[in-house]
Amino acid sequence: MLYWNRTCECMPRDEMMKLQTERLIAAVNRVYHNVPFYREKMQARGLEPGDIRTLDDLKKLPFSYKKDLRDTYPYGMFAVPLSEIVRIHASSGTTGKQIVVGYTRKDLDTWSEVMARTLVSANVTRESFVQIAYGYGLFTGGLGAHYGAERIGASVIPASGGNTRRQIQIMADFGTTTLACTPSYALYMAEEIEEAGIKKGDLKLKSGVFGAEPWSLEMRKQIEERLGIMAIDIYGLSEIIGPGVASECSCQNGLHVQEDHFIPEIIDPETEEVLPPGSKGEIVFTTITKEGFPLIRYRTRDLSMLTYEACDCGRTTVRMEKVTGRSDDMLIIRGVNVFPSQIESVLLHIGETTPNYQLIVDRVDNLDVLEVDVEMTPSMFSDEIKQIADIERKIRKELDWVLGINAKVKLVEPKSIARSEGKAKRVIDRRKL
Amino acid sequence: MLVKQISVFIENKSGRLAEVTKTLGDNGIDIKALSVADTADFGVLRLIVNRPDDAERILRDAGFAVSRTAVIAIGVADVPGGLSVALGILEAGGVAIEYMYAFIGKMKDEALVILRVENPEKAIEVLGGKGIQVLAAETVYGL
Repeated sequence: MLYWNRTCECMPRDEMMKLQTERLIAAVNRVYHNVPFYREKMQARGLEPGDIRTLDDLKKLPFSYKKDLRDTYPYGMFAVPLSEIVRIHASSGTTGKQIVVGYTRKDLDTWSEVMARTLVSANVTRESFVQIAYGYGLFTGGLGAHYGAERIGASVIPASGGNTRRQIQIMADFGTTTLACTPSYALYMAEEIEEAGIKKGDLKLKSGVFGAEPWSLEMRKQIEERLGIMAIDIYGLSEIIGPGVASECSCQNGLHVQEDHFIPEIIDPETEEVLPPGSKGEIVFTTITKEGFPLIRYRTRDLSMLTYEACDCGRTTVRMEKVTGRSDDMLIIRGVNVFPSQIESVLLHIGETTPNYQLIVDRVDNLDVLEVDVEMTPSMFSDEIKQIADIERKIRKELDWVLGINAKVKLVEPKSIARSEGKAKRVIDRRKL
Repeated sequence: MLVKQISVFIENKSGRLAEVTKTLGDNGIDIKALSVADTADFGVLRLIVNRPDDAERILRDAGFAVSRTAVIAIGVADVPGGLSVALGILEAGGVAIEYMYAFIGKMKDEALVILRVENPEKAIEVLGGKGIQVLAAETVYGL
């Protein structure tokens, strides 16, 4: 099977533009009438739904930001009555509060469709055994991949994240053919497999769909060689739908955006000006079919580039370049989004004032590790070793609660964190991605 | 009778102890007794000095995290078992010791020990009652 949906994936450009235009007009009408947030923003610009008639008119519409999702928490951006929502997911926000997203039955159908297309790019068929080692739960990775694989009719193994030894046992005994997880976890598994003395020839593994964090071509090479598979990069974010927004094909040369559902634009993150194809900038998405939680011109903060050139695989959809960075300070650690501001708000609860801190991210044995160095303040320091150790423990527990990440907390001397122009450098990322 | 002990937070990095002692030395502060409690990542340097108020200010101004704790100083007979007599008295009196360390120098035939206890007033009372010498703060600073 070459494509899951040849009609949509190989649609001539003029037809795709026509389809997108129709869907964009309908989407703008829906949000204008159903979501006060969009109506007010459009009215502030003197815009009415009738002003959006072509794809080119998209740039007239205001952007939406992560902050808007926080300000309207939890359901303020939903565009249907809550009784129509059949699924809720959530991802971490910038300061502790989560971003909540909702799906109607049709949205789940769309999501399964785009994930099915993604998995077919990795040669998944009805005969495949797909082991899903993304976390299940509020995180969209697990269930997103799950429904896509089920749509194809593959045998789904919902292993969820963690317990690597069991994952490997399942892989060997159940005959897993496709693995879905974060790339760093795939590499970690490769190592454990080698350590367990299992030869890659003993496994039936043929492909993997990896995403939720940035990874380099070097890392891909390693995963492919050590597991003996083809490794496909997939892209998505909860706000847009979850995994399935875009995916590489077997050409591994850019990620095909599922354009009949999500329109991408590249903008200059500073001026917010739309840039022509081939320019590097921040990728912005507009969902044109989503019912529950539609987003207009959502600023992803991910840096990429678009190309409309034909791909050797035969798909005609626009391709986005592998995401190379962020236009904000967000870090992705073991697939979890982490903002320094979240850590700041945790520290504010501990001491009387926010101490200076620094985040040191590294990759040890292919797993991301986060160390949080916190400068000791007079209000935190006492003569008792136990009390200091208690502060470290308290910070660690709070961080785990807010971020869902086990960080190493280290108290350091006052003024010991390097400063530039009076401000401490917040993040040191030593990972070589 | 309570002696002011200065505690300094120190990261486990080379040169940090030297930095503290140099800061004190440059300001004419004389260290009478010290101990270091350490964990994998950090340590707490505890100091008895001749001018504790000055030392606290100087270290704070130099950017160290400093705190002050009340401890007591006792003199025990410098013979085998001398210390155990004093500790036995405290135990019998129901005074728990959090930590203790010895002085660098000594006084005549007595060894000097710094004790951090939960209830210093009570410790002074039970020790005094059994004839253990508890040193006055001024005596300690002037040693």
